[in-house]
Amino acid sequence: MRELCAAALPANAWNWIAVWRRNFLAWKKVALASILGNLADPMIYLFGLGFGLGVVVGRIDGAPYVAFLAGGMVATSAMTAATFETIYAAFARMHAQRTWEAILYTQLTLGDIVLGELAWAATKAFLAGTGITVVATLLGYAAWPSILYALPVIALTGLAFASLAMVITALAPSYDYFVFYQTLVLTPMLFLCGAVFPVAQLPNVFQLAAHFLPLAHAIDLIRPALLGRPAGDMGLHIGALCFYAVLPFFLSVALFRRRLMP
Amino acid sequence: MSTVAIDLAGVSKTYEGKVVVDGLSFRVAAGECFGLLGPNGAGKSTIARMVLGMTSPDAGEITVLGVPVPARARLARARIGVVPQFDNLDLEFTVRENLLVFGRYFGMSTREVEAIIPSLLEFARLESKAHARVSELSGGMKRRLTLARALINDPQLIVMDEPTTGLDPHARHLIWERLRSLLASGKTIILTTHFMEEAERLCDRLCVLENGRKIAEGHPHALIEEQIGCQVIEIYGGNPHELHSLISPYAQRTEVSGETLFCYAPDPERVRLQLRGHAGLRLLQRPPNLEDVFLRLTGREMEK
Ligand SMILES: Nc1ncnc2c1ncn2[C@@H]1O[C@H](COP(=O)(O)OP(=O)(O)O)[C@@H](O)[C@H]1O
Ligand SMILES: [Mg+2]
Repeated sequence: MRELCAAALPANAWNWIAVWRRNFLAWKKVALASILGNLADPMIYLFGLGFGLGVVVGRIDGAPYVAFLAGGMVATSAMTAATFETIYAAFARMHAQRTWEAILYTQLTLGDIVLGELAWAATKAFLAGTGITVVATLLGYAAWPSILYALPVIALTGLAFASLAMVITALAPSYDYFVFYQTLVLTPMLFLCGAVFPVAQLPNVFQLAAHFLPLAHAIDLIRPALLGRPAGDMGLHIGALCFYAVLPFFLSVALFRRRLMP
Repeated sequence: MSTVAIDLAGVSKTYEGKVVVDGLSFRVAAGECFGLLGPNGAGKSTIARMVLGMTSPDAGEITVLGVPVPARARLARARIGVVPQFDNLDLEFTVRENLLVFGRYFGMSTREVEAIIPSLLEFARLESKAHARVSELSGGMKRRLTLARALINDPQLIVMDEPTTGLDPHARHLIWERLRSLLASGKTIILTTHFMEEAERLCDRLCVLENGRKIAEGHPHALIEEQIGCQVIEIYGGNPHELHSLISPYAQRTEVSGETLFCYAPDPERVRLQLRGHAGLRLLQRPPNLEDVFLRLTGREMEK
């Protein structure tokens, strides 16, 4: 049993890099379209909602609504980019394209592959989140240089959501099942975690629920950084995101083992 | 280094209550080409996957290149090249990029891979295609690229699952020729196939499988000699059962498969004589082959 675990877990600390580089090479061929695609959606929300609703809402906690929204959109874009990379692109590489199968015939383990895919998804999340941060900063809605604190959190947020999505990828028989994850998990999180309005507006039960959701922790770190304010409970938020990055990783590796090595 | 490349001892595998590999044992010596021959569903791919440590047997022991598998399969895989049953090349990459990316999985640096790419392309007869996208290659070219990719870690053992299935005869012959040159350079090959001709031409020894069980093992020609050992006459166009009683005194054995009567005859002339005057019959006389062995052992034909 111990040997079988060893067969599935990462073999060493660097094997995953080869997987990351494979995905990077593929991405380079379509980089421009990919960047625009990943940025357009959150940007539309940021400025559409920000300026449109901003007129009605006015200021929140002393900040213009666009500036308040920026932190939420940065975290959300990291969540979406990491999730989509994992449930669509990584699923294709695991399933239809048989890329993982080819890799498993080398000296890489399933753990190496999953780790490489997570790192890659986190990279794409980082690019998306950072892109929006830069635009918001250039337009004067985010504070320099405190946005620098947000950057590692964006990457960690990407890692946590990629890891969660990897469990879904391991379980889903086909693409059709991903819609449920999007509509039943991601979209509610958007409204429960304070991305577009403060969590304090929610009934108490929902406020309580928000404490357990990774997006809430990401926003609680990213928003203050963008607004140039000190963040509270940093250890708790970082710990929660790490928890969501690590635990689903091991779970997904176990599930993939059952699925791919019957 | 031991001279045994693969050792399977009493290996069984059950999927969903169905026995797919049943108490199988065989040994593959270093430097030989060993074939797993059997119809679809015989368990060939499952055996190949167990040799690679991709699937764990329910019972039995597997040793590959001196390493217990699946326990330490990673160690073994570092010295194995794999040609899987279904192509899994990266379609969005060029030929060269496919090799580059794959070499990195073995821990090779970009420079190390680039140094051997020319020789791999030459081996695969793909020199002019280095910068072509894989999606533009023909089936035969893809198969040769998969073979070149399998050689990137300079493996001692190459595992091939149906290496020429789906290829046209020309592409198939080119692969066979490449495999012979690998054997000449001292590599060990285990291949699965349901082509009798492929098994007969390439394999030093083979194991004939049916429903996960070994039904014969040996050198192809020795198997043919031992199981058949005489000329074969295929008789078409008559009622096989009537003809059977007519010629059985002169035949060592007969088999009926569909509309065809197979007659194994030490003295084919006497059978022909016996059938003279029967209008509408077509006779084909030929040396025995593995198809006859399979038919004899299982009562049915493999390819159809
Ligand atoms: N993962 C699996 N789950 C259930 N049954 C399987 C699985 N893999 C193979 N089988 C069954 O095992 C048998 C042997 O399959 P396989 O090894 O692919 O045969 P071959 O390669 O000789 O065609 C088949 O009946 C197939 O349906
Ligand atoms: Mg098969």
